[in-house]
Amino acid sequence: MHIPDGFLSSPASIGAAVVSVGSLAAAVRKKMADGELEQQIPKMAVLSAFIFAAQMINFPVAGGTSGHLLGGALAAILLGWPTAMLVMTTVVLIQCLGFYDGGVWVLGANLLNMAVLAPLVGYGVYRVINSWSGGRVESLAIILAGWLSVLTAAFAATVEISLFSNTVPFNLAFPAMMFWHFFIGIGEGLISMAVVSFVRRTGADSLEIPAQGSEAK
Amino acid sequence: MKKNLLSILAAALVVAGLLSPFASSFPDGLERVAEDLGFIDRVEGIEVISAPIPDYVFPGIGNEGTATAVAGILGTLAVFGAAYGLGKIISAGKQKENN
Repeated sequence: MHIPDGFLSSPASIGAAVVSVGSLAAAVRKKMADGELEQQIPKMAVLSAFIFAAQMINFPVAGGTSGHLLGGALAAILLGWPTAMLVMTTVVLIQCLGFYDGGVWVLGANLLNMAVLAPLVGYGVYRVINSWSGGRVESLAIILAGWLSVLTAAFAATVEISLFSNTVPFNLAFPAMMFWHFFIGIGEGLISMAVVSFVRRTGADSLEIPAQGSEAK
Repeated sequence: MKKNLLSILAAALVVAGLLSPFASSFPDGLERVAEDLGFIDRVEGIEVISAPIPDYVFPGIGNEGTATAVAGILGTLAVFGAAYGLGKIISAGKQKENN
């Protein structure tokens, strides 16, 4: 999922960077406005560290291809979307600058896909299913949130690489990307569910965002 | 820091230090598509930065599993520190705004 340098045109890279910076600014403003960041800092740092570590564990999916946890939906479910964006931004930045995993010129696109879109979609899907069902199918909500966050990030990467950069035709890249990330996303959903239940077993329930209503401002 | 948070940090270090050498080395979804559709060679010859730990292998360690584990632990601690610092900067900015 990490786009390397060389896959994107300059306009695609710059456009994605502008959208990412705008979205992150919105997340920072929201954290400043709601005033709960100070007490969330240790949780944010621990979850960032955990997601970085989990992203290193590639699991085989099928036919000689692997995937790894993205973590955007997981972070959003545990800490809300604005903090999740900050968590994922930290992870993607360190991966890029420390390990050259994901390119430098295309950093904006990787942030858009993994630090902006994945947390937003994961958060939205989780919240919508939980409120429809009154929280009765929470495991399903987490799995679908994880799955759709990966498919969304993969779709965005496909559009950036094809339609905005002409590196590859969209009609070839789209089915191929969706095919592999269909399976990778299932892994994402299952791992996210396992991690949420692990976090609860540690008693770090305080890690979670407040119950329905109080957060959705 | 609370004990329950420490246990999650400990889990992160175990994953990065003990599980990472056993991760699948198959290409990920995007790499696989780039190979199949013939645009993986676009990355060749482009190295914008020389990262301290390229490809999660700590340089100068002969055993690749150990090199990956060291890279994983250092990266996990770096991310922890960076996120902590980012949180502090933002909440300091907020306090300045309030005064």
